[in-house]
Amino acid sequence: MTKEAHIEVVGLSMAYGDFVVQRDLTFKVNKGDIFVIMGGNGCGKTTLMRALTGLQRPASGTVRYDGEDFWSVAPEDQDRMKRRLGIMFQGGALWSSLTLAENVALPLTEYADLPSPRVAEIVSFKLALVGLAGFGDFYPSELSGGMKKRAGLARAMALDPDILIIDEPSSGLDPLTARRLDDLILELRDSLGATIVVISHDLASILAIGSDSIYLDADTHTMIATGNPQHALQAGDPKVRHFLNRGTA
Amino acid sequence: MTTASELLAAGEAGQKLATHRVDEDCLLVVLSGRWCLDQALPSRELVERELSAVVRRLTFDATALGAWDSGLLTFLAGVLKRCSALGIEVDQDGLPRGIRRLLAMAFAVHETDVARRSGREANLLARVGTATTKLFQGAPAMLRFLGEITLSFLRLLAGRARFRASDMWLEVEQVGPRALPIVSVISFLVGLILAYLGADQLRLVGAQIFIADLVAIGMVREVGALMTGIIIAGRTGAAFAAQLGTMQVNEEIDAFRTLGISPIDFLVLPRMLALMLMVPLLTLYSGFVGMLAGLLVSVYIFDISFFEYYHETLRALELKHFWVGLSKGTVYGAMVAFAGCLRGMQCGRSAEAVGEAATSAVVTGILLITIAASVMTIVYYQLEI
Repeated sequence: MTKEAHIEVVGLSMAYGDFVVQRDLTFKVNKGDIFVIMGGNGCGKTTLMRALTGLQRPASGTVRYDGEDFWSVAPEDQDRMKRRLGIMFQGGALWSSLTLAENVALPLTEYADLPSPRVAEIVSFKLALVGLAGFGDFYPSELSGGMKKRAGLARAMALDPDILIIDEPSSGLDPLTARRLDDLILELRDSLGATIVVISHDLASILAIGSDSIYLDADTHTMIATGNPQHALQAGDPKVRHFLNRGTA
Repeated sequence: MTTASELLAAGEAGQKLATHRVDEDCLLVVLSGRWCLDQALPSRELVERELSAVVRRLTFDATALGAWDSGLLTFLAGVLKRCSALGIEVDQDGLPRGIRRLLAMAFAVHETDVARRSGREANLLARVGTATTKLFQGAPAMLRFLGEITLSFLRLLAGRARFRASDMWLEVEQVGPRALPIVSVISFLVGLILAYLGADQLRLVGAQIFIADLVAIGMVREVGALMTGIIIAGRTGAAFAAQLGTMQVNEEIDAFRTLGISPIDFLVLPRMLALMLMVPLLTLYSGFVGMLAGLLVSVYIFDISFFEYYHETLRALELKHFWVGLSKGTVYGAMVAFAGCLRGMQCGRSAEAVGEAATSAVVTGILLITIAASVMTIVYYQLEI
């Protein structure tokens, strides 16, 4: 069975001025996959995320969502496509002047024409999904790092996106909290059927949740396609094996 | 015997939701069609109405259910909550697996009493009380900060204060040369206003030449320092508070503390010194620009000759006026640096707190300048300086 490609990246290159961060990235993310973008520090993972989410125009190449080229359509169409993406930033990026409930409610009140009791219902459901039931009146500054990340995930899911893009879900979390967040991501994929793109350099997390992956190499400034991280660990490219074995193989 | 009473909700809702009594005590909820938030969804009340005392069990039929999103989930979550409150058994087998798992996740963590916030809104009296006590709580913090700065100055005099001189020169550049354009414009206009004001009043007694005295003494003793102080409070005091506040947010100040480096020495002292050095110089400059404006107005508008004005200015200005202006400039500079650094160091850990710190730094700075100006003017008058 050939799966449907949800995101298709062809010949993507990203640069800051003359400095090319990554060149010629070509990969497909299938529907319902948990696709891991891995690589060491400074290899361009976050830059790739910015190109995928419309925050930074790539130097060349295309990003297609369901066959529609993101960077060549009109800004209004880009906005429409962006609304189907849910993005969780590394530190949560919660708006600090708003409570958690207001953070999750903002995309809903901006983009969905819903009566406020309904919005409140959805908000409390989303917060309950990430295990933050009852924390709606808290401000981000009153939460721990792990709670901020989960709240960021709840906000990313506010508009029921088809694609969740998650930047470093486990960085800065203890192993158990990181594990719970991984379980949550798996559970969301299974029950919502969403496509999930995870940017990570956390080995345990990559091996636990990834169903497909690419490795961005910082030295050659391009990617090494790897497929399932479990297989890559056993029989992948030597560089990727080296990375996944923490430099011991 | 099954008495299946069918209830079809009115209109569009009927295509999505129907309830049947499959048994004396069992209610079947039939979900069908598309359940997404972009269209009108049936109200929970249609089901809740049917949950009379007789119903003990609830089952679902979702065989004809199409696409769904949070709209259906919140609907079901509401129904489930209601059922558990009424002690009705819910059989979720008829629901798609994904929905069952999401509902299980949402109900896995119960709202704790700790998490639930209550009484965020206090009454008016309580709020006034809290605000008043806060006002007085601010004073000890200010005094403590003043004490820390004093100790830091003593360390500086003893040669034991640790900071990088380059930081100070950077601040000096920021505060001094870069403030020249705005100080020039404002001082020129204030000098011009003083000259017009004087001309109008002095004409009544036929002594317009005394415009020179008024502008020279006014600018050098009082207005130059005051204007410079207020400009610097808005320009630099706010910047100090924002810089230190952001460092507080990033835990940079804590990092200094853990290394045993006093953040007061390292951050506050260079800023304080920079302002105490530059504000008096800017005050002198401001006085000069103000006098220039007075000269131009007198010569071109009020027909006083250039040399007359020049000599009258020289006659009016004594050295003590410069000392008064310089001393005020130094004090105002210290006040602005104090307010800016105090608010920056007291800053909370959020973007909003940084904004509040900057605002508060300007307000505190201007307030302190005005108080100091009044006190010094009275003291100098009494001392006949």
